[in-house]
Amino acid sequence: MTVMGTPRLRKEDPKLLTGENKFVDDIHVPGELWMGMVRSPMAHARVTSVDTSVAAGMDGVHAVYTGAELNDMGLWAAPLPCAWPVTDDMVNPPHYPVAAEEVHHVGEIVAVVLADTRYGAVDAAEVVEVEYEPLPVVPSIAAARDGDAVAHSDLDSNKAYHWPLIPDPDALEAAFASATHTIKAEFEQQRLIPAAMEPRGVLAVPSPAGGDVTLYSATQVPHILKVMIAATTGLSESKLRIVAPAVGGGFGAKLNVNPDELLSVTLANKLGRAIRWTETRSEAAFSTHQGRGQLQTIELAADGDGKLTGVRVHLDADMGAYMMLITPGVPLLGSFLYTGVYDVPAFGFTCDGYFTNLTPTDAYRGAGRPEASYAIERAMDLLANEVGVGPDEIRRRNYLAGGGHFENLETASTLVFDSGHYSPNLDAALELSGYDQLRAEQAKRRADGDTKHLGIGLCTYVEICGLAPSRALGGLNYGAGGWEHATVRFLPTGKVEVVSGSTPHGQGHETAWSMIVADKLGVDPDDVTVLHSDTAISPLGLDTYGSRSLSVGGVAIAVACDKVIDKAREIAAHQLEANPDDLDFEAGTFAVKGSPDKTMPIQAVAFGAFTAHDLPDGMEPNLQEQVTWDPPNFAFPFGSHVAVVEVDEETGGVELLDYTAIDDCGNQVNPLIVEGQVHGGIVQGVAQALWEGASYDADGNCRNPSLLDYLVPSAAEVPNMKLGSTTTPSTSNPLGVKGVGEAGTIGSAAAVINAVCDALSPMGITDMPMPASPATVWNAIQQAKNNNENGGGQ
Amino acid sequence: MIPAAFDYVEVDSAEAAIAALGQHGDEAKLMAGGHSLLPLMKFRLASPSVVIDIGRIADLSYINDAGDHVAIGALTKHRAVETNELLKSQVPMLAHVASQVGDPSVRHRGTIGGSIAHGDPASDLPAALLALGGSVVAKGPNGDRVIPAADLFTGFLETAVASDEMLTEIRVPKAAGAGWSYQKFNRRAQDWASVGVAAVRNNGASGVALVNMGPTPVVATAVQDALASGADVEAAAALAADGMSPPDDLNGDPAYRAHLAQVLVKRALTEAAA
Repeated sequence: MTVMGTPRLRKEDPKLLTGENKFVDDIHVPGELWMGMVRSPMAHARVTSVDTSVAAGMDGVHAVYTGAELNDMGLWAAPLPCAWPVTDDMVNPPHYPVAAEEVHHVGEIVAVVLADTRYGAVDAAEVVEVEYEPLPVVPSIAAARDGDAVAHSDLDSNKAYHWPLIPDPDALEAAFASATHTIKAEFEQQRLIPAAMEPRGVLAVPSPAGGDVTLYSATQVPHILKVMIAATTGLSESKLRIVAPAVGGGFGAKLNVNPDELLSVTLANKLGRAIRWTETRSEAAFSTHQGRGQLQTIELAADGDGKLTGVRVHLDADMGAYMMLITPGVPLLGSFLYTGVYDVPAFGFTCDGYFTNLTPTDAYRGAGRPEASYAIERAMDLLANEVGVGPDEIRRRNYLAGGGHFENLETASTLVFDSGHYSPNLDAALELSGYDQLRAEQAKRRADGDTKHLGIGLCTYVEICGLAPSRALGGLNYGAGGWEHATVRFLPTGKVEVVSGSTPHGQGHETAWSMIVADKLGVDPDDVTVLHSDTAISPLGLDTYGSRSLSVGGVAIAVACDKVIDKAREIAAHQLEANPDDLDFEAGTFAVKGSPDKTMPIQAVAFGAFTAHDLPDGMEPNLQEQVTWDPPNFAFPFGSHVAVVEVDEETGGVELLDYTAIDDCGNQVNPLIVEGQVHGGIVQGVAQALWEGASYDADGNCRNPSLLDYLVPSAAEVPNMKLGSTTTPSTSNPLGVKGVGEAGTIGSAAAVINAVCDALSPMGITDMPMPASPATVWNAIQQAKNNNENGGGQ
Repeated sequence: MIPAAFDYVEVDSAEAAIAALGQHGDEAKLMAGGHSLLPLMKFRLASPSVVIDIGRIADLSYINDAGDHVAIGALTKHRAVETNELLKSQVPMLAHVASQVGDPSVRHRGTIGGSIAHGDPASDLPAALLALGGSVVAKGPNGDRVIPAADLFTGFLETAVASDEMLTEIRVPKAAGAGWSYQKFNRRAQDWASVGVAAVRNNGASGVALVNMGPTPVVATAVQDALASGADVEAAAALAADGMSPPDDLNGDPAYRAHLAQVLVKRALTEAAA
């Protein structure tokens, strides 16, 4: 173990920094046609006519297709897929790439133009004349739940499903009946618009003679896409090749099966022309799925000391207009985490999914878990106030295993946490943040009557990642497994080639996988090449999401390396004329115990396996092994975050002054990558707390679809973060690793809003909607002042 | 983000630009740095049939000492205004305000003339020009005319520069010893101001102008009048939103903006007096 655990610059970076990488939009083939989408400006309407004649007559326009025409062409074998029907009776309205009769959200495609140029496609799309007959709009979860309008006119209700997780209903009732303290809080998880640096895009290239199609897509999930395109188009899976070239971020928004992907493949196949499309940033706000979208109610029951006795949660979750790939399951990914890092005897969770006339929701960094940690961590601060202890103390009183080290601990939500050790992690965060000095500074400002209020917010989160044990997914009615595939092979010259089913889109898989292989096989990390993201090269895989790559895909590589070593040992023993058990393997060399001059580097073994001149009887040539790793359990990273904010009472402005995070993701392969993931993750959660949120009017129009109004923060808005880590190895895999891709996001929104509420607590403010914009905060301050003047606080 | 088709005309002098405007009429738009016009075109909120690119006219990028004022060529980049020593000593507020426009890449492309001619109520430089009591030179088919900043901003994204004229120069009075402050309240560093205040106090005279408090960059007349009548900062600042019609958007409703204007005017006047 010399390479793993050492900070190491990423192999990927030179190509990114010099622009050498090819993203989908950089790849061109002769004769390609651009798609231009005609999108509905109405959130809910009947399509009464589509006149494509003017557009079709424009120079450079090859064809224009309406939804009805595409249906008549027989391109679809099935609607767009939902792989996670969470209940047997879940409502799932059919969803085709192009609407034919009724549109259900602004931006839904009603016709497609094919033109020689991108500009020509957009110009032609603009003159397709569509007539709509408006239908009642469902513009929010509350409207879906409480209003009369239905989002799909052929449905009686907007409710899609009811999903309960109440392991022991009697115990839960009893906990609340006998509680000394109860807390009930409601939070809104606003919709977020994912904003990866690279928008989505496709290029489908047909091979007319061979009858196959290659799809280049800015996707996280080429393997899943291949199966799903086969299922939805009826094209043979063996005729499809999916390539995810350089992909510039995804955050979940690129793990879907999208209309543009299906359109490009089917039209390319039908016309024998390459078909391409790249979404514009504003188009992305309508055409790519969004994140979050939940109304949460959380109730805590606690005894007189503030020890939790029960947690009860209900969600109303916004599906949007349709069920995309895992839309209904996203809220449930968080369901098991509403007890957080705490020892909760009784737990109950229910979720109602609702359709609205808004862009569909689906996975977005954290997918269900940031929502869960937000609710429990906000509620714990409320409980601390109720009990009259500090936010750190209320957490310590409730930690699983009393805050001590544990392994394989079953929680009230029925999961078995692999490992945890929470108290030292919180100690480290408080220490690094200068918590005691911060509290002293806060007290001084309050005594001085300062209008710039200091707020300190804690979040001690746990998350669930390493998706996933296939059987567990089966139990949740998910339509696929959770394994990952790896092949590790020596090339004749001693270099190593790794084929991974994990599909990176910015994480640094090539670097991390090289480091694992380097340690295992004793080779230089630069001698390891990682192949991925092309189903012709890496036919087996389940791709990258849910912080699964290292703890599933990386482990598959490590286990494959072990198998390579086992075979190499047999060969080395044969050639060194020794017993395999008498060989040591260290730093890439086999040595016969007690005979230090009898050695054989693994590269020599590999060459021997290639020539196959002198292998043990019956042994296959070449040194190559494959592993499909199905994890026995999830992994449960955790951490303690401390946010420090300054709230300007006069303007409502919130400035994030300082941020400390101590994350525990088990053993680390490359601490530099861990740091990068934590940085970006924290900012994404802070963004939800302070800046981001898709806003819709009553007609279902997005009020902030561009980066002018949708406020993605930049580096200028974020202080230098103070990061540290503790290490509690996972018991779910032989590397002892957990995931870290989503951890920052799962911890930071709650920490920031806890800090804002802490700053304003002397005014009686206990909650703040997200995003906590200056206007929102200022209005809350005015309301609190009015309440206080009226002698209330109610 | 895909603009409609347009014709592109590149000119190498102000005279050629005026001639091109005369030829193409109202269908044409001048483009300097492109940082206001191009986003509007990409959203298809503006679809001029002709874009006249004045960005390469060489002799309209300058910052000159003109006696009682500093003369700035319309095509001078924000970055040049931000770093110019003459401005930093004689009109330090203008240099500072230029440093608050957008982000570094915007400031290396965007021009002071383009920003002011665009007349965006949310932009920084128009308010600074108003507070400083500056003026602009408009060149047209009949020659040059000077338009005081106070008469320049006539409506939402509309100025007194006629459709056959081109803004060629910005003039700002020297105010080396004056107190000044620019208060920009925005949600992210590179954003337009939710509300902004430019204030200058010089020998008892005060110039106060507001950003994003109405359809145009606007002078806070009530504040200026109150100060002229001897009101203190607190009392004058309380009048900041008088006569204003601030916008309603996701950054704040009119009531919040009115309050913000009061807070920021108070801060600006206090800082300018210090």
